[in-house]
Amino acid sequence: MIDFGYTLTKDRQLDYDHGDFRYFRFVKALEPSIDLCIGCGSCSATCSAAQFTDFNIRKLHTVIRRGDIESIKAELRKCMFCGKCQLICPRGVNLRNLILAMNRAIEQLG
Amino acid sequence: MIKFNLFVLPFSFGLVFIVYSIVIHYYRWIKALPAVDKVKLASGVRNPSKVLASLKEIFLEGLLHRSLWKRNPLLGYMHMSFALGWFLLIVVGNLESRIYHGSHINAPYYPIFLKFFIHDRLVLFFEIFTVPAFFRFIMDFILLFVLSGLVLAFIKRKKSKWFGMTKTTNHSLYDRITLSCLWLIFPMRLLAESYTAGYFGGGGGFLTQNLGKLLVAITPGSSEMIAYFFWWSYSLVLGLFFILMPNSRYMHIPSEMLLIVFRHCGIQPKKWGSSFSSLEAHSCSRCGVCIDACQLNFAAGITNIQAVYFIRGLREQCVPENIALTCMVCGRCQEACPVGIKVDSLRLIKRREIGSGQVSDFSYLKNGHPGFADVVYFAGCMSHLTPSIPIAMEGIFKEAGVNYLFLDRSGSICCGRPLMLAGKDKQANELIEFNKILIRQTRAKLLVTSCPICYKVFREEYNLPIRIQHHSQYLLELVKDGRIALQSQHRRVVYHDPCDLGRGGNIYEAPRELLGKISDLVPAVKECADALCCGGSLGLLNTPVKKKDELTKNALEYLLKDRPDILVTACPLCKKTFSKHSGTEVRDIAEMVHDAIPGRLIRKTLAAKEPARLLAD
Amino acid sequence: MENTVIVIGGGISGMTASGMLALQGMKVTLLEKEAETGGHVARWDRLFPDRKKAAEVLDFAREGMKNVNVVTGAEVTGISWHDKGFTVTSGIMQPASSVPGPESLIANSGSLINEIAAGESNYTARALVLAMGFDLFEARKKEEYGYGIYNNVITSADLEEKFKSGKDILTSEGKIPARIGFVHCVGSRDEKVGNLYCSKVCCVTGVKQAIEMKEMYPSAEVFNFYMDLRMFDRHFEELYYEAQQKWGVSFIRGRLAECAENPDGTIILKTEDTLTGKPLKMTVDLLVLLSGFVPASGTAKIAGMLGLQRGTDGFVNSADSHSMNNLSGIPGVFLTGALKGPISISEAIADARATALLLADYLKSGKP
Ligand SMILES: Cc1cc2nc3c(=O)[nH]c(=O)nc-3n(C[C@H](O)[C@H](O)[C@H](O)COP(=O)(O)OP(=O)(O)OC[C@H]3O[C@@H](n4cnc5c(N)ncnc54)[C@H](O)[C@@H]3O)c2cc1C
Ligand code: SF4
Ligand code: SF4
Ligand code: SF4
Ligand code: SF4
Ligand code: SF4
Repeated sequence: MIDFGYTLTKDRQLDYDHGDFRYFRFVKALEPSIDLCIGCGSCSATCSAAQFTDFNIRKLHTVIRRGDIESIKAELRKCMFCGKCQLICPRGVNLRNLILAMNRAIEQLG
Repeated sequence: MIKFNLFVLPFSFGLVFIVYSIVIHYYRWIKALPAVDKVKLASGVRNPSKVLASLKEIFLEGLLHRSLWKRNPLLGYMHMSFALGWFLLIVVGNLESRIYHGSHINAPYYPIFLKFFIHDRLVLFFEIFTVPAFFRFIMDFILLFVLSGLVLAFIKRKKSKWFGMTKTTNHSLYDRITLSCLWLIFPMRLLAESYTAGYFGGGGGFLTQNLGKLLVAITPGSSEMIAYFFWWSYSLVLGLFFILMPNSRYMHIPSEMLLIVFRHCGIQPKKWGSSFSSLEAHSCSRCGVCIDACQLNFAAGITNIQAVYFIRGLREQCVPENIALTCMVCGRCQEACPVGIKVDSLRLIKRREIGSGQVSDFSYLKNGHPGFADVVYFAGCMSHLTPSIPIAMEGIFKEAGVNYLFLDRSGSICCGRPLMLAGKDKQANELIEFNKILIRQTRAKLLVTSCPICYKVFREEYNLPIRIQHHSQYLLELVKDGRIALQSQHRRVVYHDPCDLGRGGNIYEAPRELLGKISDLVPAVKECADALCCGGSLGLLNTPVKKKDELTKNALEYLLKDRPDILVTACPLCKKTFSKHSGTEVRDIAEMVHDAIPGRLIRKTLAAKEPARLLAD
Repeated sequence: MENTVIVIGGGISGMTASGMLALQGMKVTLLEKEAETGGHVARWDRLFPDRKKAAEVLDFAREGMKNVNVVTGAEVTGISWHDKGFTVTSGIMQPASSVPGPESLIANSGSLINEIAAGESNYTARALVLAMGFDLFEARKKEEYGYGIYNNVITSADLEEKFKSGKDILTSEGKIPARIGFVHCVGSRDEKVGNLYCSKVCCVTGVKQAIEMKEMYPSAEVFNFYMDLRMFDRHFEELYYEAQQKWGVSFIRGRLAECAENPDGTIILKTEDTLTGKPLKMTVDLLVLLSGFVPASGTAKIAGMLGLQRGTDGFVNSADSHSMNNLSGIPGVFLTGALKGPISISEAIADARATALLLADYLKSGKP
């Protein structure tokens, strides 16, 4: 590791080099369309659960792609599974199955 | 008189095994029933009318195969000749055996191998009109009847189209071996009986006697040994079949009989599964009728998930997750299944197993009072992406002067069905409870929804003390009560039955009657219970967009065959899904009604020149 | 018969190609289905990136068309193919009332129309130029955006027409819009309407129109909702810069999810500001949808008649997208302009000139 002479607080950065990509691989095997997202924000904007609470589905599946999982475990429980996000996604990301797969990942990988 | 030979042993052993096995299965299924169902069963079997009805159905379905006859006569005949033919061989054979044997208790093998035991009892020419001769004739005839089914079964392998089937089941190796045994039983019986009759010079009927003579004549070095060889083979395939049967598809025969009794006693599948469901799984004959019914098969080329394979997986206790999740739960196969298996509920039980380990947290939902009204309107999540629908509904409510409340105007709390379709019933219940409180607080007497998915779950899971209507029913009522006056636009329209409204909610007539008043309704190629899914099904969890597109295009092809001006549906999800590929304008029935109110228009209809290119592709 | 060419489609592409061909001594017939030539450019007011009047570009093209036989009101409905060349059939598809009478055409200065198709007619030539262009995406298909439902939702093409009329742009309630939203990628880059491609020019159109709105109403707030901003050509990025620096246009990175109408006719937008990661709600007085390109309605049919290949996007494929982009692969059939996909005017003109050059060579040498 290069020593920059100062340290960044660990939880402030997405540490891609030490990320936990097991989850991402697990999820991607179940729902390959996770790779198609362009981060447009339609899913999070239309989301039914997001009407009532601070819940951002786009962030959840984006951070899993970046090797982060801890921050999303509790968040994911808020989804009502209504499928509005999937009905609007311009990239054809299969969001309901993606959410199911993320749940499975947490269930199986801890 | 001889009454025993060693070759009866394989058969006898097999028979003991299969009887034991069936008894054990029956015992387990009955024992494992939930207490309520046991009570139902106990009272049901004491009720003569229920018993009679069960027996009648067992006869009609198990032996005559009535539902298959309705589907395709050739298919019905094929199955009937096997089932009824074999049954008659046993019954009539038993009667026949009594002529030769004074006692009422024969060894079970005795009638089966009767023709061997009586090979020395020749029917002489002058005895032609006697009882023994009659039986010989009739037994030969029944055997011929069974063999005709066998021939058809062979033909079906090559020409399944003649039997009304495009795709047939891809059977497991085990099933194929069992099937070979079954198929060998009757030719072996024919050979054994014929050769014996021919060799000993008599004892057969019109078929076996003459065939026997021929066989003996053409076989060089004919001897008694050959007859024994055939009898041994006959006994061996019978015995082997019985031993293989409990784990093969043919277990459906005894299972279906018990299933019919269960059903007549009013036993229903349970949400989390019960031995009723296990019995249902065993009752699947793997006939493969469900394969042709499934849109995933004929429109999207997905051929490994259909009810037959899913149920086989259940019996083998290994359903791969993707098979459980790749299904629209559309009910088409259930509608077609000749055994009447509740395939949808089996699939959901499996999904519940998968989904049960996951948790939800809806504590963020906060109670508030929605206000009071006579009618509470719930548009549903999806309707927020098809604003024309709620706008039309509000316009109509106003026109009819209804005191209504738009419960989910600023965003819906999901009705819970999407969660249920993924097997997350516990989580769904939390949403259901929350919505129930909101709905009750309004003190409304009627709940109207624009979404068939919500409609189904409101009716089946909410237990609300008020009336629940889908807007197509409600609007028809408004018209009939004279609260809105409509003027037909005389556009040619075709109506698409949304899965959850048609097969799921049994509403076929209301939308048609309504459309009949405001447009020129043309029939669709596949409609009502035979309607196809738009491709947007929330039941279909892990299928890529491309496959869904194929479903949509296929459904559109059928719907737009007569080139209607407008494709009308009654579901926001269908509307959105169809719009992607339809060159023809897609509208909801609520919009149609709204625009038929003189002087009102939600919006200008699409220009006719809209590109139809996606469909033309 | 020797040097005869039929150009189908009288947009900027067809006009330029026919003018260039006539200049090289060909006998050119231009068939245009509308009452006037000009295609989409005739509907625009001022053009990106330099806000030149669209009419000037068309006038320039018409200059070159003196010797072209222009037939309007003639929608091509059939093409047959024989050893002498091609026979093109056109019928009148416009309802009679919408085709202006000859007087109005003569009065319309700069018009060069020689003939107004009066029924089904046949034209024969040795070579064909296909220049049917594109259609605008039908914004009604994005129902959640409310076009055709909410009065204050319009498309970029509607806005151009308003600019062209020279009148003030007001909301349907007759008020000056205080806040205006532009929505990028309407009908493009959207699997849900079956169009995965980018329409290329709508980003810069959105920026140009945002500036024009600010020019008209300096105190208005203007927001552009985008997924990516594609400033692909020379001066475009500078226009974007100008929009921010000089006009204070705000750019929000988030695709519009859905919108609803307030009782007062204003529109509430729902999107996510993806850069802050927060859902965003905003009320605007006027919402402009930047509708994208889709293949022209007759393209599928004409391509089918000639056996031309089309991509999954529906646009016509050329023989080679690099080196033979004007050739169709069928001898004597040439492709030009937006029927091959989204394109700007300068590209369309360059493309049309290249087409004319290759076609002249073909007629001279007999080889494609
Ligand atoms: C909102 C918007 C704003 C734009 N602004 C600019 C700008 O500022 N600057 C810029 O460089 N570009 C701009 N463009 C792009 C520009 O409009 C196109 O590059 C240009 O129109 C392409 O010309 P074309 O001739 O290929 O196609 P079109 O303009 O579509 O012309 C095709 C012609 O063919 C005719 N036709 C079609 N089918 C038939 C048939 N079967 N028979 C006979 N005739 C037929 C049509 O009627 C039409 O006249 C804009 C595009 C949009 C959508
Ligand atoms: S399925 Fe979940 S993430 Fe998607 S819109 Fe519904 S609540 Fe939001
Ligand atoms: S809508 Fe689709 S593309 Fe947009 S952020 Fe969500 S998943 Fe990604
Ligand atoms: S589920 Fe029904 S239709 Fe399908 S194979 Fe089994 S019995 Fe036949
Ligand atoms: S429920 Fe529908 S999708 Fe599922 S297997 Fe049956 S027919 Fe196929
Ligand atoms: S040019 Fe811009 S607005 Fe148009 S489709 Fe491409 S990214 Fe979207």
